[in-house]
Amino acid sequence: MSAILTIARRELSTFYDSMIAYMLLGGFLALCGFFTWLYGGFFGRDVFFSGQASIAPFFGAAVVLLWIFIAALSMKLFSEETKTGTLELLLTKPVTDWQVVMGKFMACVSLILVALICSLPYYITVAWLGPVDHGAVLCGYLGLLLVGSTYAAIGILCSSLTDNQIVAFLLTIIVGIVFLFIFSMLSAYTSGAISKVFDYLSILTHYSSIARGVIDSKDIIYFLSIIGFCLLSTEAVLSRRKISD
Amino acid sequence: MDIQVKNLTKKYGDQKAVDALSFNVSTGEILGFLGPNGAGKTTTMKIITCYLSPSDGDVLVGGYSVRNDQQMIKQSIGYLPEHNPLYLDMAVIDYLRFAATIQGVKKAQTKDRIREMIKVCGLNKEKHKKIGELSKGYRQRVGLAQALIHDPEVLILDEPTTGLDPNQIVEIRELIKHIGSQKTVILSTHILPEVEATCDRIIIINNGSIVAEGTPEQLRKEASGQEISQVRIEDAIGDEVFSRLRELTSVASVDLLPNGCFSVESQFEQSSRRDIFRLCVDNNWVLTEMTPIERDLEDVFRNVTIEN
Repeated sequence: MSAILTIARRELSTFYDSMIAYMLLGGFLALCGFFTWLYGGFFGRDVFFSGQASIAPFFGAAVVLLWIFIAALSMKLFSEETKTGTLELLLTKPVTDWQVVMGKFMACVSLILVALICSLPYYITVAWLGPVDHGAVLCGYLGLLLVGSTYAAIGILCSSLTDNQIVAFLLTIIVGIVFLFIFSMLSAYTSGAISKVFDYLSILTHYSSIARGVIDSKDIIYFLSIIGFCLLSTEAVLSRRKISD
Repeated sequence: MDIQVKNLTKKYGDQKAVDALSFNVSTGEILGFLGPNGAGKTTTMKIITCYLSPSDGDVLVGGYSVRNDQQMIKQSIGYLPEHNPLYLDMAVIDYLRFAATIQGVKKAQTKDRIREMIKVCGLNKEKHKKIGELSKGYRQRVGLAQALIHDPEVLILDEPTTGLDPNQIVEIRELIKHIGSQKTVILSTHILPEVEATCDRIIIINNGSIVAEGTPEQLRKEASGQEISQVRIEDAIGDEVFSRLRELTSVASVDLLPNGCFSVESQFEQSSRRDIFRLCVDNNWVLTEMTPIERDLEDVFRNVTIEN
C-alpha cells in the first residue's frame, strides 16, 4: 500500500510542479462555470435562462469536460515513462507492476476529487438562490467521480499502449467518444436486444441514472468493471516485457 | 550477497540475445562485463534486476531466484540502467527522497541516507536544482545516488561512465571502486581502460555467450602468449643480424619492421632478451633499443569478439 501511495504522491507532485494540474483545474472550472451560469442551453437550461435554481447544466457539462481534462492528464502517465526509460527503473524497484498501475490511477482519482471539490461553490451558490435537491446533487457528484475514474482507467490503458503522448491522448478521446456518444447513438438507431446492449454500454445511460438520484448496483458495477478491466489490461501490457518468444 | 547466473537464456523471437550464460560473482568483487554492442550485456543485467524474465535457466541473487523471489531481489539491488533515465522535472533532493521511500528505507533513516548520498556523490550544490537543469556528469551522479540510496548489497551498473568527461570518469570510477570493496558489483562497459582500472575480474561476452574470462592480467597474458620484443641493433649488417637472431634457441620468429627494428618473438614461456644481448656483445654490435611489446586488453577484446 505504501508503495502505491509513494507513486501516487510523486505523480501528483509532478502534476502540480509542471502547472498541468492548475491549467486543467482552471480550464475545467471556468468552462463548467460558463455552462452552468451563462450558456446552459447546450446541456440543459442555465440559471438565468430558466429562472430556476438548477445545477443540472453543471452535471451535463462536467461529464463531457472531465473526459477531455482526464485524457490530457493521463496521456503521459505511462507513455512518457516508457519513452524516457524511467519505467524500467521504476519497475526494478521493489514494487509490483500492479502497484505502479494503481499508484498512477490513484493520482488521477485524487486530482479528479480536487477538481470536484473546487466545483462545490457552483452548487453552493445555486443552492443559495433557490431550492436544490441535495440528494440528487450528492448522487451527481458520486456519478462524476465514477465517470472520472472510468476515464482515468481508460486513459491509463491507452497511455500504456504507446510511447507517444499525443497518440495516447487521441486514443483516449476516441474511446471516450465511443463510450459517451456512439453507443447511445447506435442504441437509438437499432432496436430490440441490440439496442439494449448499446444502451447498456453507453456511459451516459448509467451516469444519468445516477445523476437523477437513483443509485443502482447495476450502474456501479458497470463503472467498476470498466475500471477493473482497464487497470488489469494495463498491468498485462506492462508484463508483456516478461514474455519472450 | 553473491550472484549466480546459471545457464541463462533469453530469446527475442527467434533471436537468442543471451545463450546459456553461466557465471558467478562473489561479495566484494567488481565484475567487468564486456562485449560489443548487442552482445547481450544489457539483457543479462535486465534479467538480474528482474525487469525481464529469462526464457531458460535461472539467476540466483543471494540464493533468491529471479523467477520466484523478485521482490526480495529488488530490495537488495541498486540499478543504474543504460542511458540513466531520470525524472527530469523533479528536484534532486525530491527525487532521492522518492527513491528512498520506494526502496523501503525507514523514515527515520531517510534524511541521513539522502544527506550521505549527496555528500558521497558530490551533489551538495545541485541538490535543489531540477534534474533536467543538470549537466550529464551530475545526472550520472544522481543516477548513482538513487542506485545507492538504500545501501544495496548488489550494484548493477550499465555503462556508468558514458558521456562523461575524463575528470568525471576518473571520479565515478573511484566512487565505484570505493563502494565495490564491500558490495557485489557488476559493471558493463565497452571502454577497456575502464575495466582495467576498476574491475577485479572480467567477462567478455559475444553473441550472448562468454568468450573470455579472468582477471585483467590473466587475459592480457593469455592474449600475448609469447614474449615479443622490439629490438634495434646498429653497426651491423641487417641480413646477418636477421639470420643470427633466428638461430638463437630461445627465439621462435623474427620480423623486420619498416622502421628498421626487428620484432623478436620468443619460444613459448621463454625469454630471449638475455640471448639477444649476449649475441650483440659477442659480435660487437650496438644494441640501442629493446622494448617489450605488451598486448593490451583491446587486442584480447578484438581477438575474441571479431567474427571470422
